[in-house]
Amino acid sequence: MKKSVFFGALAATTLVSGMALAGTLDDVKARGELLCGSNTGLTGFGNPDASGNWSGFDVDLCRAVAAAVLGDPNKVKFIPTTGETRFTALQSGEVDMLARNSTWTASRDSELALDFVAVNYYDGQGFMVKKDLGVSSAKELDGATVCIQTGTTTELNLADFFKQNNITYQPVTVADDSEAQRQYLAGACDAYTTDASGLAASRATMPDADNHIILPEIISKEPLGPVVRHGDNNWGDVVRWTYYALLIAEEKGITKDNVEEVLASSTDEEVKRLLGASGDMGAKFGLDNAAFKNAIAAVGNYGEIFSRNIGEGTTINLARGLNALWTQGGLQYAPPFR
Amino acid sequence: MAMATDVPKDGFRLSMLIYDTRYRSYTIQLVVLVLFALAVAWLLNNTVQNLAARGKEFNYAFLWQRAGYDIGQQLIPYTNDSTHFRALLVGLINTLVVAFLGCIFATILGVVVGVLRLSNNWLVSRLMTIYVETFRNVPLLLWILLSYVILSEVTPLPRDFRVTDEMEAAGEAPNASMILFDTVAVTNRGTNIPSPLFERGLGTLDLGFMTLNLTFWAVVAVIAGSVFVNRRILASARAAQAATGLRPVTWWKSILVLFAPVIALLVAMGFHLEIPELKGFNFAGGILVAHSFTALLIALTLYTAAFIAEIVRAGIQAISRGQSEAAFALGLRPNRTMSLIILPQALRVIIPPLISQYLNLTKNTSLGIAVSYLDLRGTLGGITLNQTGRELECMLLMMLIYLTISLSISTVMNLYNKSVQLKAR
Ligand SMILES: N[C@@H](CCC(=O)N[C@@H](CS)C(=O)NCC(=O)O)C(=O)O
Repeated sequence: MKKSVFFGALAATTLVSGMALAGTLDDVKARGELLCGSNTGLTGFGNPDASGNWSGFDVDLCRAVAAAVLGDPNKVKFIPTTGETRFTALQSGEVDMLARNSTWTASRDSELALDFVAVNYYDGQGFMVKKDLGVSSAKELDGATVCIQTGTTTELNLADFFKQNNITYQPVTVADDSEAQRQYLAGACDAYTTDASGLAASRATMPDADNHIILPEIISKEPLGPVVRHGDNNWGDVVRWTYYALLIAEEKGITKDNVEEVLASSTDEEVKRLLGASGDMGAKFGLDNAAFKNAIAAVGNYGEIFSRNIGEGTTINLARGLNALWTQGGLQYAPPFR
Repeated sequence: MAMATDVPKDGFRLSMLIYDTRYRSYTIQLVVLVLFALAVAWLLNNTVQNLAARGKEFNYAFLWQRAGYDIGQQLIPYTNDSTHFRALLVGLINTLVVAFLGCIFATILGVVVGVLRLSNNWLVSRLMTIYVETFRNVPLLLWILLSYVILSEVTPLPRDFRVTDEMEAAGEAPNASMILFDTVAVTNRGTNIPSPLFERGLGTLDLGFMTLNLTFWAVVAVIAGSVFVNRRILASARAAQAATGLRPVTWWKSILVLFAPVIALLVAMGFHLEIPELKGFNFAGGILVAHSFTALLIALTLYTAAFIAEIVRAGIQAISRGQSEAAFALGLRPNRTMSLIILPQALRVIIPPLISQYLNLTKNTSLGIAVSYLDLRGTLGGITLNQTGRELECMLLMMLIYLTISLSISTVMNLYNKSVQLKAR
């Protein structure tokens, strides 16, 4: 008798712990709020303003998912994570998804058991130095002190790069971007290295931005994208296709402002499926049929998100480059929506 | 006989498990034990299930894989090609070094402050009180950050040491210069000190699982030998004093024994100092003591010394006044009274709480992460954990290591405590 109670209890706890893992979509709906792991603060990508409103390129992706799942882009709680804490936060269920400049790598897929569902920014690692250091190439950094964020692909690439070029460096390992900037600006490091987009974003906030240059070498591939837990495929599909919906919207010329108009007038079957005017694609994801239309209406298409947050003309001033649509010679390409 | 029949035959009923005080305690213990076992089983089961659900299995094989990252301060050879286990060792050694030096400095400072706090000099004792109260009552993390910020913000950049051709022509001095006869350079990154070099070093010995630096161990062995011989000399001097009442002169023998062999060895191996020199971005040559290390050491020392001072003060005050009065009556001067009469007795009261201060200091070294000091927490519990995704394994291993360090410290200190306890004669 005693034994069966014991195992019964065990089985019950197992069920409970097992349930916490699957069904993120249901969890989010039941909670009425999306928990999004974001940066601790990187202008242009994910940054809270003085009154606590988050904005940025990665933040908008979370808002799009919230709009698709819950119908409201403001039903998101942003949870700041550092390079070191982000994956643990995701795996322990503290957040539903991550959108914070995270690089898709083989070991993060396999060893860390994560799922990168898309690449929302194709990037590479670069170096920033002060102009008066008189350095024009990363290969001249022999003997330099370099600031790096811990828990990143950056620290591994850096080690490889210096080894390959037979030069040495002194690492200063810091926890987040703001600490790295403080050390770099105070002159405790000669160079700061991270994703080139991150460097541009950091530089934009520096009081003397013109005195800093980003060196020409890009030493790695850093495909950055949203991440979900491994094993919850339905939830992964929702995040992936919300992102693709934004890409398709750009391809088809659907914007935040004209989405209602397009919905009413479009004769393009793919557009009609995407916006929920025909078929039941939304329902197949377990969402409202207007889910993807809501996402586009909330944050605009990929191009709009890009130019609003980090594009040319903003302080960060990044060119589309690799992140142009495939039709424009870039790598951003969404599978067909059918 | 009549009595025996009074005892009820069916002596045990189930209700007695609760109402009979003879059995009740067993019942309670059993219930608590079962609940505890259930709780442990629940935790274990939950962990195993969750790991399985994520497709992770519990194993330590990752320790033998390539680490791939670099570590700023490494006291044993390490490159990014070394294994995660090697990185763990580098971190562990970094932890032990700050902990060891911290304990020594904190003890010295703590004893001095504790004694001075009881000084009859009003100003001195008040100053010591202020020191103790400020350091005890502000969190250690803030002291660490403060020391680090001060060290890195008030010191010059490496390039301030540079003398350009124009400056030379104009006869200008650089903004910053090296100290201690141009052998030590303090920059905003760290302190560059000269390093020992040997022209005819003894090389290294490869033991397969580790390599020994023979030069280093030769020096250690010679010093240990000298100390041993010196103790023999002192012991025989004491014996002679006890037997004859006259103490033979030993100081020159001690000096000779302690220093001559080491100096001879160093000369034989061609010892010289490598002075740090400004090359490119940083000083090259010599040893770089990063400010993260210095700041951590300073903060740990100052913070823990404040607690040790209080322990020392309590220990001294526990010795009855009669002891010092008796010593004064014998004509001993105050500082001799302190070192010969009071402190040896006070040690008995001081040591047990001192052990916990040492343990605290050792565990507090893990705050070094705040100033990028890569100790055990930074390597095994930081970068390795993060890059391999082995949270559970790394955390358990790290706990085990801290536990082992703490238990070793307590064991050693408890042995020492036994040796200073009153011996019944
Ligand atoms: N892409 C790299 C680096 C990620 C990373 O740490 N990015 C930096 C800047 S690009 C960042 O997000 N910093 C902001 C913060 O620490 O909150 C990775 O995934 O490991």
